[in-house]
Amino acid sequence: MLVDALRDDFVFGSKGVQFMPYTKYLMEKGFAHNFIAEAKPPTVTMPRIKALMTGSIPGFIDVVMNFNSPVLLEDNLIGQAKAAGKRVIFYGDDTWIKLFPKHFVEYDGTTSFFVPDFKEVDDNVTRHLDTVLKREDWDILILHYLGLDHIGHLTGPHSSLIGPKLKEMDYILKKIHISLLSKEKEASLPHLLVLCGDHGMSEAGGHGASSVEEVSTPLLLISSAFHRKMGNLQPPKHVQQTDLAATLAVGLGLPIPKNSVGSILYPVVEKRTMREQLRFLHLNSVQLSRLLQENVPMYEKDPGFQQFKVSEKLHGNWIKLYLEGNNSEVLLNLGKKVLKQYLDALKTLSMSLSKQVAQYDMYSMMVGAIIVLEITILLLLSTPKALCQNAAFEIPLSSSSFSLLFYLMVLILSAVHVIICTSAERTCFLCSISWLMAVGVMMLISALLCVIVALLTKTFENVRPSAQNLAASSSGWSELDLLILFGTLGHVLSLGASSFIEEEHQTWYFLINTLCLALGHEVFRNHFLGKDLDHNLAVEQNIKKNAKNVLQYKNDYVDVPETSKIYKASSSMELLPKVYEKWLQLASPWFILICCRLLRTLNQTGVQWAHRLDFGHWLTSSDHKIELSVLTCLSLIMIFVLVQRRCSSVSKVAMALGLLGVFCYRAAIGNVLLPWQRDRKSISKGIIEARFVYVFVLGILFTGIKDLLKSQIIFADVSIKSLGLWDIYNGLVLLAALLLRPHNLPVLVFSLLIQAVMTKFIWKPLKHDAAQVTIMHYWFGQAFFYFQGNSNNIATLDISAGFVGLESFIEVPALFLTVFATYIGPILWAIHLLSFLSSENNRSSAISHASFCYALICSIPVSAYIILVTSLRYHLFIWSVFSPKLLYEGVHLFITATICVFFIVMDQTNLIKP
Amino acid sequence: MKILRPKDVKTKGMRQINVRGGSQRVLALCLLFVHFESLPYGERLQGSTMKDADIKRLFYVHIFCIVSIILTTFIPSFFLEDFSVLETHLTWLCICSMCVAIINVVLYLQVKPNPSSKRSSIFHKISRLLKSCVYFFISCLLFHAIIVLYGAPLIELMLETFLFAVILSTFTTLPCLCLLGPNIKAWLRVFTRNGATSIWDNSLQITTMSSVIGAWLGAFPIPLDWERPWQVWPISCTLGATFGYMAGLLISPVWIYRNRKQLTYKSR
Repeated sequence: MLVDALRDDFVFGSKGVQFMPYTKYLMEKGFAHNFIAEAKPPTVTMPRIKALMTGSIPGFIDVVMNFNSPVLLEDNLIGQAKAAGKRVIFYGDDTWIKLFPKHFVEYDGTTSFFVPDFKEVDDNVTRHLDTVLKREDWDILILHYLGLDHIGHLTGPHSSLIGPKLKEMDYILKKIHISLLSKEKEASLPHLLVLCGDHGMSEAGGHGASSVEEVSTPLLLISSAFHRKMGNLQPPKHVQQTDLAATLAVGLGLPIPKNSVGSILYPVVEKRTMREQLRFLHLNSVQLSRLLQENVPMYEKDPGFQQFKVSEKLHGNWIKLYLEGNNSEVLLNLGKKVLKQYLDALKTLSMSLSKQVAQYDMYSMMVGAIIVLEITILLLLSTPKALCQNAAFEIPLSSSSFSLLFYLMVLILSAVHVIICTSAERTCFLCSISWLMAVGVMMLISALLCVIVALLTKTFENVRPSAQNLAASSSGWSELDLLILFGTLGHVLSLGASSFIEEEHQTWYFLINTLCLALGHEVFRNHFLGKDLDHNLAVEQNIKKNAKNVLQYKNDYVDVPETSKIYKASSSMELLPKVYEKWLQLASPWFILICCRLLRTLNQTGVQWAHRLDFGHWLTSSDHKIELSVLTCLSLIMIFVLVQRRCSSVSKVAMALGLLGVFCYRAAIGNVLLPWQRDRKSISKGIIEARFVYVFVLGILFTGIKDLLKSQIIFADVSIKSLGLWDIYNGLVLLAALLLRPHNLPVLVFSLLIQAVMTKFIWKPLKHDAAQVTIMHYWFGQAFFYFQGNSNNIATLDISAGFVGLESFIEVPALFLTVFATYIGPILWAIHLLSFLSSENNRSSAISHASFCYALICSIPVSAYIILVTSLRYHLFIWSVFSPKLLYEGVHLFITATICVFFIVMDQTNLIKP
Repeated sequence: MKILRPKDVKTKGMRQINVRGGSQRVLALCLLFVHFESLPYGERLQGSTMKDADIKRLFYVHIFCIVSIILTTFIPSFFLEDFSVLETHLTWLCICSMCVAIINVVLYLQVKPNPSSKRSSIFHKISRLLKSCVYFFISCLLFHAIIVLYGAPLIELMLETFLFAVILSTFTTLPCLCLLGPNIKAWLRVFTRNGATSIWDNSLQITTMSSVIGAWLGAFPIPLDWERPWQVWPISCTLGATFGYMAGLLISPVWIYRNRKQLTYKSR
C-alpha cells in the first residue's frame, strides 16, 4: 500500500498518534518493523516508483541504459513476479500502468492530473478493495493512494484536511490487515503488508527537491511472521528507499533486481535461522558486487568488494562447520562474525554504488563553457560593425596575440591546469588529452579573451559616435525587429524551464504565428495606408491631399467591379493582375498561418499532449493505406510543380524521375500501394529503388556544383551561380523526399509552398533586409524541425532514415542520412536562404550579412543553454530532459557551422570575381 | 466598405474631426459635463486646461472600468452558488464581458459626443448601431480564427475558445466602436505608428495593445507542468487578457499625462 507524499511524521510523529491509531497499535504491539526510508532526489512519483520496484537510483543506470522510454524495461520486481507466475493486481495512480503496461492481471488507473480532487481518486481505489480482499486469486496487490499528495499540493502539510485523510488511510490499513489475518488461518504462508510513501512533502506542500521533509518517508512492514517484541517502542531506523526492492525480492523468493543498489533490511530477517540469514545476505552482496563490477572499472580496489570477498570466505568456513554438524558456541560466534562482516560489506557496497550517481568533470565543462561564451561575446560585440553597409569587421588578432595580457593569461591558465590535473582524484577529460592539445586550448581561451578586451576598448574609444548611431537606429526599429528581438530573448529564457524544453515546439509555433501576424500587419499597412499616411502626420499641411490620395487608393481596389468597369476599355489587362496580386499579397500571411495550423495537426510531439491523436498516426495505420498512397502521390506531384520553376531542363527530368523513384521505393518497402498492385506483395528493402533515387540526387547536386565552379572560374554572370545554388537546393529536396516518412511528405510540400509564397509576396515587395530575412528563415527552419515530428526527446528520432538504400549498417552514411533526415527543416531553409539571397542581384554583401546573422542567432541560444545546463546539473530532469536537448543543440550547432562555412565559400567566390 | 465611401465624400467635416481630433471634441465634451465651467479663455490656456481635465476624466473612466472588473469577480457569488472565477470560468467570462461592454457603452456615450449624431436621422443611428453589432460579431469570429490558428483545438472546447474571443473583442473592438464608430479607416489611422492624435486615441491604442499582449503572454504558462487549475485552456489566456486590459487602463492615463506635451492635441 503506497500512499503518495506520506511524510515520516504523518506516521511516526504526533499526527500519527492522533490520526492513525491502528498503525500506532500495530507498531506498539510489535507486529511491524518500522523504518524511515530516505528517498533520493528527484522526489517525484515516477522515479520513486522506479526506485521502489527496481532498487536502482533513476537518473544514473536507468538513463545510461535507456533514454526515458515510458515503459520500464529494466529488471524490476513486478517483472520478476510476473515471470515467476505470480498474479499482480494494481489499483491507483496510472503511472504504474504506463511503467508496467502488461504486468498486471487486473488494474484500474486513476489519473493524477487534476490536483483539486482528493476524494474521488482515493474512492476509485478503495471501491475495489472489498471484493479483491475476499478473492483468493492474487499473490500481490498494489494500491497507490494519491489523495494525500493532492491535499499537500493544494493546502500544505498542516492543513485540516490532512487529518481525515490519514484517518481514512488508517482505516484502509486496518481493513486490509484484518482481512489478511482472517485469511491467514487457512493459508500456509504468512502475509506481508507494506505501508510506504513514495516521497515526502515539503513545508509548502510540494515535492521534487531534496529537503529533509521531502526525502524522508515512512516504511512499515507488517506481518504475523515477525516475532513480537513487546514493550519499548524503538525509534525507527533510517534506511534507503532502494532497500525495499531487495527485501521484497528476498521475501517473495524472487531474484533481486539486477540494478538494485539497496541492501536487505536486516531486522526483517533477524529472526530467521542463521543459515537462512547468511544465505539472504550472500545473495544480496553477490548481486551488488556484480553491479559494481559492471559499473566501476577498478572494482577490485573497492573496500566493499574486498569486504565481500572476506565475508564470502568466512561464510564458506561457516558452512563447512555447519555441515559437519558442529552445533557449538563456535558456530554461533563465527556465524555472528560472518553476519557482521556481510552487513558491513553490504553497507560499503551500497554506499559506493550510490556515490556513482553524480560525478561531473567540472573542470572540462567550465573550460568548454568559457570558450563558447567568449565566442558568443565576440560575435555580439562585432554585430554593429558586421551589419553595417560594407559588412566588414576586423578582429584585432595579431596585435592582441602578442600583448602582455595574452602571455600572462596563458601562463596562469597553464599553472591552473597543472595544479588541477595533479591534484584531481577523478579522471578528467582535459587532463587525459595530450599536454600539447591542452596548451592549445589554453592559448585559444586567452587569445579570445584578449580579442574581446581589445574590441571592448575600441568600442569605448568610439563610444560617442556609436551612441549617436545607436540612438538613430533604435528609433527606426519596426515592430518586426522588436518581435524578432523579444522572440529570441524569450526563447533563450524559456530554455531554463524543463517544461518549455519538452514543449519547445509550442514556443516555435507560437513565434512563427506571431511573426506571420506581424507580417500580415505590415502588408496590410503597406497597402491600405501606403507611406503617405505616415508621412502626412509629420507634414500636416498635406492632409487634404492625402485624404484624396487615400480615397484614390480606395477606389483602386476596394471597388474592384466598379473601377474595373471604368478601366476595362482602356487598360483592363494591366490593372486586373495588379489588383489580384494585391489581394494575394494581403492573403499570403493568412495562407501561411493556415498552412502552419494544418502542419501542427500532422505530428503531435512533445510530452504533455503527445498522447493526442494526430493526423500522422491516422495515416500510418494500416487501414488507411490508400489514403496515404494518394497523399504521397499528390505531395510528390506538388513537390515537382513547386520545384521545377527554378530547374534547368536537365535537372527537371532528373527531378521527375527521382520523385517517381521515391514513390517506387515507398511502394517497394510496403508503405504505400501502387495503383495496379491491389494485393499485398512481398516486401523488399527497396535497395534498388533507393539507389536509383540516389543517382538522381547526386546527379542534380553535381550539376549544381558544376555551375558553381563554372561561375567561379570563367567569371560568368551571377545567374549561373544562383542557378547552381538552386540545383543544389533541389537535389537536397529530392533527398529529403526520399528520407521523410511518407506521411511527412506534406511537411516538405508546405515548406516549399511557404518559401515560394514568402519570396513572391513578402520578402521581395516589402524589401526586408538580409538580417530580417535570415532570422525569419531560421525561425521557420526551427518550426519545421518540429513540424516533421521531432522533439527534444531521443525517442522521436527516426533512425530508419539511416538505412534507406543500404544493405547493412554502415556507420558514416547511416549517420549522415539520419542527421540530414532529422534536420531537414533547418537545412532546407538555410539553403533556401542562400539561394534566395544570391538570386537577388541588387543586394550587395547580403550573403555575408546573412551568414553572420545565422551564426549569431544560432549561437546565442546554444551558449545560453550550455551555461544553464552547467548550473542546473543537479536538476531533477537533467538526464531526461536537459541532456537530450543538449545533444540536439550540439548537432544543430555542428550543422549550423557547416552551413556557415558553405555561406562563406559562396561569398568568397563573389569577392574573387571582380 | 462600399457604404462608407459616399459618406466620406459627403461629410468631409467629419473626417476632419477624426483626423484633427482635438478641439471640437473637447468643446462638445465640455458641453456635456456641466461642472466644467472654464470655457471662454484664450486658445492656448484653454487647450492645456482642457487637456488636463480630459486626462482626469479619462482616468476616472478607467478607474471605473477596473473597479467594475474587480467587482465581477465576487459580486456574482452572492447570487450564484459555487461561483468562482476559476471553477465556473465560463460564467465569469460571460458576466465580465457583459459588464465591461455595458460600462464601456454607457461611459463613452456619456463622455464622448457623437459628431454625426446631431446631424443624422434615427435611421442613420440605427444603421450605425447595426453596423457596430455586425463589426463586433465579425471581430469575435476573427479573434476566434486567430486563436485557432495559434493552436487552440478546432472542435472541442469551441465554446471556451469563442468566449475567449468574445472577451478579447470586448476589451479591444468595443471601445474602438464606441469611440471611433464603425469606421474602418479611422481605426486604421489610430492603429498605425504615430497615428493616434488625441488623448482618447492614445488610450485606445494602449489598452488595446496591452490586452492583446496580455492574452499573448497568458498562453505561456500553459505548457508548464505545474498542474494548476488556472493552466487549463483558456483560463490563463483570458486572465492574461484581463490583467493586460487593466494594466492598460492604468498605464494609459499615466503615459498620456507624461507625454501630454508631445501629443498633437490641437490641430492648428
